[in-house]
Formats: sequence, C-alpha cells, structure tokens
Amino acid sequence: MIDSELQTPLIRAENLTVSRGGQPVVNKISLTVNAGEILTLVGPNGAGKSTLIRALLRLIDCDSGVIQREPGVTIGYVPQQLEIDPTMPIDVRQFLRLGELSSEEDMKRALEEVGVAAVIDTPMQGLSGGETRRVLLARALLRDPDLLVLDEPTAGVDFGGQAELYELIRTIRDSRQCGVLLVSHNLHLVMAATDRVLCLNHHICCEGQPDAVTRNPAYLELFGSEAVASAMAVYTHHHDHQHDLTGAPIEESGHQHHGHDHG
Amino acid sequence: MGMTMDDFFLMALAAGVGVSMVAGPLGCFVVWRRMSYFGATLSHSALLGVALGLLLGVNPMIGVVATCIVIAAAVFSMERDPRFAADTILGILAHGMLALGLVAIAFLDNVRVDLMGYLFGDILAVSTNDLIWIYGGGAACLLILGMIWRGLLSMSVHDELARVEGVPVSAMRLIFMLMIAFVIAIAMKIVGIMLIVSMLIIPPATARRFARTPEQMAFYAVIVGSLSVLGGLAASATIDTPAGPSIVVVAMVLFFATAMPGVARRQA
Repeated sequence: MIDSELQTPLIRAENLTVSRGGQPVVNKISLTVNAGEILTLVGPNGAGKSTLIRALLRLIDCDSGVIQREPGVTIGYVPQQLEIDPTMPIDVRQFLRLGELSSEEDMKRALEEVGVAAVIDTPMQGLSGGETRRVLLARALLRDPDLLVLDEPTAGVDFGGQAELYELIRTIRDSRQCGVLLVSHNLHLVMAATDRVLCLNHHICCEGQPDAVTRNPAYLELFGSEAVASAMAVYTHHHDHQHDLTGAPIEESGHQHHGHDHG
Repeated sequence: MGMTMDDFFLMALAAGVGVSMVAGPLGCFVVWRRMSYFGATLSHSALLGVALGLLLGVNPMIGVVATCIVIAAAVFSMERDPRFAADTILGILAHGMLALGLVAIAFLDNVRVDLMGYLFGDILAVSTNDLIWIYGGGAACLLILGMIWRGLLSMSVHDELARVEGVPVSAMRLIFMLMIAFVIAIAMKIVGIMLIVSMLIIPPATARRFARTPEQMAFYAVIVGSLSVLGGLAASATIDTPAGPSIVVVAMVLFFATAMPGVARRQA
C-alpha cells in the first residue's frame, strides 16, 4: 500500500541494544518509522517490545546503538497504562491541558476525532478502559504529532472495542499522514491494521508487510497456532470490516488449535 | 498582659496560616504522589539538622534543609537497589535519623535545647524572624510552585508521558524535594518534627472531598489548614492544651467530620 522507500524517515534506530541484569532485552535492533506509515511491533510477552519503545522515546538508556530523530519531529505518546491516583480530582479537560495548553474548541475537536466527544467533563477515574485509551490518544493528537507512539493501545479494552481502536488509528494516520509506531500482542487485529510488521523476540525475527510476515517460518514458529488465526484475520479483513463479528470466532478457532498442539 | 497574650496569639496565627499556605498545595502533591512516608522520613531527619545547625553555629533551619536534602538524595539512590523495599528504606532512615538526631542533641552540652519544642512544636514562641522566614520563603515557594505547577501535575499523573511531552522531570523532582525540605523547616516550629506530615497530608485529604480540580484541592487545603491552626490555637488559649498537637487534632476532627456519610459524597 505504501512504499516505504519513498517516505521520509521520522525516527531511525540502528543496532540498538538494551540490557537488563546483563541480559540483552533488546538485541541489535534496527528500525525506521516513516511518515504516513503504520509500523507494528509484535512479539510474545517479555520479548522487549515495550523496552524498545521506551528506548526510542529516550525514557531509558541504551547500552549501544544509535537513535536518530528527525529534527523538529513531534511525538505523541500513548502509554500502556494510566493509573491516576483516586485522590487527584481531575477531569478529561484538565488532563488534556496537561499535555498542551489547548483551547476548548481544539480539545472538543480532538475528542470528537477519537470518538469520545461527550466525556470532556468526566473525571478521569470514571472513564472505561476504552474511553481512557481514546482520551490518551486525544492528548497525543493535540500535540499535532508527526509520529504517534502507542504502547498496547488496546490494553484493557474488550475485543470489539479493540478492532474499533485499530480502525481509528488507521483513520488518524490517513487523515493526518503521521507515522505510527505501535506495540501489540493482539496478532489477529493488528495484522489487518498495519502497513509493516516487525516481529520481535529480543532480536528481530522477521519483518515486512503483514501478509508476508504471517507466512514467514520464523513468525509461525514464534507464535505457533496463534499465528494461523491471525493469518486468517488478514484474509478476512479484506472482505469485511466488522471485526467484532468476524474476530470472535477466529479467536475461538485459535484456541482449538492450541489445544490440539499440546493435547 | 491581655495585650501580650493577643500578640502571642496573633503571631502564632500568622505563622500557622503562613505555613498552611505552603503546606496545603505542596501537601496535595505528597498525597497524589503517595509520598507521605517519604515526608515523614525527611521530617524525622530534621532533628539531626537542628543539632548540626547548632553545632556549626548556623541557623537550625539551614541545618534542617541541608539534612533533608542529603536524606532525600540517599532515599533516591537507595530506592534503586532491588534488595530493599522502598518502605523498608524509608523506615530505616526515618527512625535511624530521629535516633541519630536525639543522640546528636545530647552532645550539645553547652547549648540549651528545647527538645519538646522541636519534637512537638512551639508555635507560641514564634519570633518576627520566624515570620520573615515563613512568609518570605513561603512566597518564593508558592511562586516557584505556580511556575512548575502544570509540569509537576503532569508528571504526577504519568511520569513517562510527561517526559515524552518535554517536562524536565528530574529537575522538577529536585525542586519539589527542596520545597518539601523547606516546609519541614518552617513547620517544625508550628507542630514539631513528629507531627509535620499531618500539616502536609490532612488538609489536602479533607479538601479532596470538596474539590473538582487539582487547583481547587490545593486552595481548599489552605483553607482547611488555616482553620485547623485557628481552631488549635483557640483551644490552646481557652483550655490550655498544647498548641501544636491541638492544631493536628482539629485537622483530624475536620477530616473525619467531613468524611461522615452524606457530606460531599456525591462525586465519589
């Protein structure tokens, strides 16, 4: 869909290594995120996805390697977790203004863009998981980012809501032409929503376009039967955008295979 | 004589309200960031600061601020050690430093130290010099807090998100810690080392029930803190209770009185 070689790189990492307790969690990883493309990091739990993201955001130090960020690139970040202490009285409006001192209209427009226009006066602690993700996304969008970095954007969201969120991320990319770097362990949905996939297990197992990656032996080995299901998700996506309807049975079949493998 | 009592009372009230004006907003952050035990650790170290100040012949307040900074730095560096839980480190330092302070005070043979005054407050002995410290330093503190408010709030909501958005988190944390050390130094005279944390956490906790925004909570905390000072001093003047502890008792009564079912419970 998008030819990455024609794109302008926003952020680039070369031979990045991050260690914890002497063990490399992120091992010699190189990647580039271009303007207007969605790059998704997939990998099992503990594969170093979040560590890689945090290193790219310069939240943690790297042992070796280079991170190049294009000058003037604004990053909008959606962290994996947001747990605001219940002792802090803060509503969505005030939360949004912590990131960028935005006008009321800008905030309303951003909330509308992410589909939660009605929550502006709601206390942050009163939001559902899905609403929280969308408000975080709105805060990131208010910065008018060139690059959106989303760590597990569907954490704490039910299956139907997850599909909608990935759809929303695509819509945002299409309208704003920003680069998107996202982390997910939901293979089913993400394969349908991304331009490029980088399959991570401390090192890069494989990378490329979703349909190519899902056929890659390294990918299949890493994810086993779950990968079969996500290959189906890619296939079904082209027919039907009702992820919440097609998605659920796919997950079931994935579990069945899983049972057979070990049983 | 009635005239002098009034003077004592007004000086004490001015000092107490002055401390509340700084402790309220700062205390909100102590509550939000769950740092009350950290505050207790610093305040327990204050006695050592007093002893060092007297020993070196400098203002005890400077000794207190300096000691608090060293202890805070020690906490930050030790908290990274995975072998110790954070609350264990705070417990060791809180009690160890209080004990060390008591030992150090005992070495000061040639200086008469009002230990009870340092431990539980001596608000009726507030001097003009103290008031200058409280209001001069307090105004500077509030000005700085106003300047870093949004960033400090942002990092209290989500540290990493704030960092990605460009908040200088380490610098903010350092400034915040300095301000806590300063509040401990000025509140020592009011309620004493043992009870300082109550000035930081009880008024914000009470204010939480009525506030809809962080700024409201900070403002109400000032009001609640000032009312506690007024109530405590009134009790002290009329029924001759110890002033510092009375202030804390009134603060606690206000907290539980507003915590009763039916009072401002709507938004919980």
